Amino acid sequence: MSKKVYKDYIKFFIVLLISLLYILPFIAVIINSFKTTNDIMANPLSLPTKFSVSNYIKAAEKMTYLRGFLNTLIITFFSIGGIVVFSAMTAYLFVRKKWKLNRLVFSLMIASMIIPFQAIMIPLVKIYGTLNLLNNMWTLIYMYWGFGAAFAVFMYHGFIKGIPYELEEAAYVEGATEFQTFWKVVFPLLKPVTTTIVILDGLWIWNDFLLPSLILISAEKRTLQLSTFYFYGTYTADYGLAMAALILTITPIIIVYLILQKNIINGILKGAIK
Amino acid sequence: MKNKAKNVVNYIIFTGITTMVFLTVVIIPFLYGVYLTLTDWNGIEATKKYVGIRNYISILNDSTFLYSFTLTLKYVFFSVLFINLIAFLLAYLLTSGIKGQNVFRIALFTPNLIGGIVLGFIWQFIFNNTLPYIGQKIGLGLISNSWLASPQKAFWALVIVTVWQYSGYMMMIYIAGLVGIPQDIIEASTIDGAGQLTRITKIILPLLAPSFTVSVFLSLQRSFMVYDLNLALTKGGPFRSTELVSMHVYSEAFLSQNYGIGQAKAIILFITVAIITSIQVYLSKKAEVEA
Repeated sequence: MSKKVYKDYIKFFIVLLISLLYILPFIAVIINSFKTTNDIMANPLSLPTKFSVSNYIKAAEKMTYLRGFLNTLIITFFSIGGIVVFSAMTAYLFVRKKWKLNRLVFSLMIASMIIPFQAIMIPLVKIYGTLNLLNNMWTLIYMYWGFGAAFAVFMYHGFIKGIPYELEEAAYVEGATEFQTFWKVVFPLLKPVTTTIVILDGLWIWNDFLLPSLILISAEKRTLQLSTFYFYGTYTADYGLAMAALILTITPIIIVYLILQKNIINGILKGAIK
Repeated sequence: MKNKAKNVVNYIIFTGITTMVFLTVVIIPFLYGVYLTLTDWNGIEATKKYVGIRNYISILNDSTFLYSFTLTLKYVFFSVLFINLIAFLLAYLLTSGIKGQNVFRIALFTPNLIGGIVLGFIWQFIFNNTLPYIGQKIGLGLISNSWLASPQKAFWALVIVTVWQYSGYMMMIYIAGLVGIPQDIIEASTIDGAGQLTRITKIILPLLAPSFTVSVFLSLQRSFMVYDLNLALTKGGPFRSTELVSMHVYSEAFLSQNYGIGQAKAIILFITVAIITSIQVYLSKKAEVEA
C-alpha cells in the first residue's frame, strides 16, 4: 500500500514537471507583457514592478485589434455555418440516394483529403486572382467551404448511415417534403457530429494563417493571426508591446476553452478517432 | 417525369452547392496545378510554354530544394518520434489515477488551441531572451546564446516547439485508447504474474495499435505541412538553414515568381506525403490485425 502511494507521488511530480514546461512559456509572455522593453532586456524573469496595462492599450490600438477580431469572427462564423449546412445536406442525399454521380463525388471527396494545401495554393491564387476575387472576405469564406467539405461530408455520412429510415418515413406520410424532413427530423439527430465539426473547423479557421495571408491583401481585412504577424514584424524591438499583442491574440480562444473545455476535448477526440 | 424533375431540383438544393464549391476550390485548382508543372510560366506573362517534365528534372539539380527536402524528412522523423513517445508517456501517467489528472490534461492540451504564428513568436522570445538570460546567470553554455542563431540548434528548436505543440493533442488520442482497454484483461495479466514492463509491451501496446495508427498519421501529416510555426520561429534562417519544404515552395512561387517550378515542388511534396502516409497506415493496420 505505502509502495503504491510512494509511486503515485513520483508519477505526480513527473507530470507536474512536464506540465510546467507546457505552461511556463505562456507565463513568461504574460509577465513580460506588463513590463517595459528595458526591464525585459535587463531581466526577462523578473515580475513587473508595477501593474500597468498601457502595453495592452497601445498594442490593441496599433494592431487594430477590434477590427482583426471582428474579421476573424465573421470569417469563422460564416465558414463554419456554410460547411455545416451544405455538408450535412450533401451527406444526407449521398446516403439516401445511391446514384452513380453521388458515389463519384463522394469518392472524389475522400480521395481529396490526402492533397496537402501546398499542392493547391499556387493555382488557387492564380485562378482567383485572374477572376479578380482576391482581397475579399467572402472569397476566403467560400474557399473554407470547399476545403472543409470533404471531412464534414465524410463525418456526417458515417453518422447518417446509422439513422433508421423509419423516422423519415413517418414525416413523409404526414406530407413533409424532403427539405423539411431533413431539417426537422434528421438534422437535430446529427448534433454530436455537428459539435465535432464546429470545434475542429472552428480551431482550424480561427488560427489559420497561410490561406488568409494569400487571399486578404489590404490591412483592414486582416484576421487576428495576420495582424499579429505584421504587428510583431514591425515592433520586434518593442518587446513589451509585442508580448501584449500575443496575449491579446490568445485571450479569446482561451476564454472559450475554459468555458467549453469538456466539449472541445470530446469533439477533438471524436474527430480524430473516425 | 415529374418525379425526375423533382429529383433534379432536390439534387441541386442538397448537393449542388457543395459539389460546385468543392470542384472549384479543390479539384480544378489541383488539376490546373498539375498542368502548371508542365509549363514555364512566371505568373506574369499571358503565354506559357509547354516544357514537359523539364521542371521536374531541374528540381533534381536544385540543391536548395534537395536540402530543404531532406531537412524536412529529418524534421518529420524526429518530430513524429518524440511527439508520440511523449504523448504516450503522458497518457500512460494521466490514466493511472493520480491526483488532478483532469487539470493536467487540460493544461497539456493548451498549445493546440493557439495558431502556429503566435506559438512561434512565444518561443522565439524564449529562445532569444529567456533561455540565454538563464544560461548566462547559471553559467550553462548550452543555452547562453540564442539557439535560433545557429543552424544546427535552430533545427532542434523547431523540433522542440513542434513536439511541445502536438504532444498534448496526441496524448488525448492515447488517453481515449487507454481508457478503452478492458480493465479485466489488465487484472488477469497481473494475477498471472506479469510485471509492469511485460504488461506494457505485451498487452497495452498491442491493444493500443489503433491509437498509434491515428496519432502517427496525424503527426506525420501536420509536420510535413508546417509553415506558420517555421515562419514565426526561425523565418527559415539563419541563412535558409531551417527552411522546410512548405516555406520553400512558398518562396519559389510567390517570391521568386517561378510558378511552374514551385508547383512541381508542391506536387513532389504531395506524392511524398501520400506515399509515406499510405505505407504508415498499411503497416500499422497490419499490426492491428495481428495484435
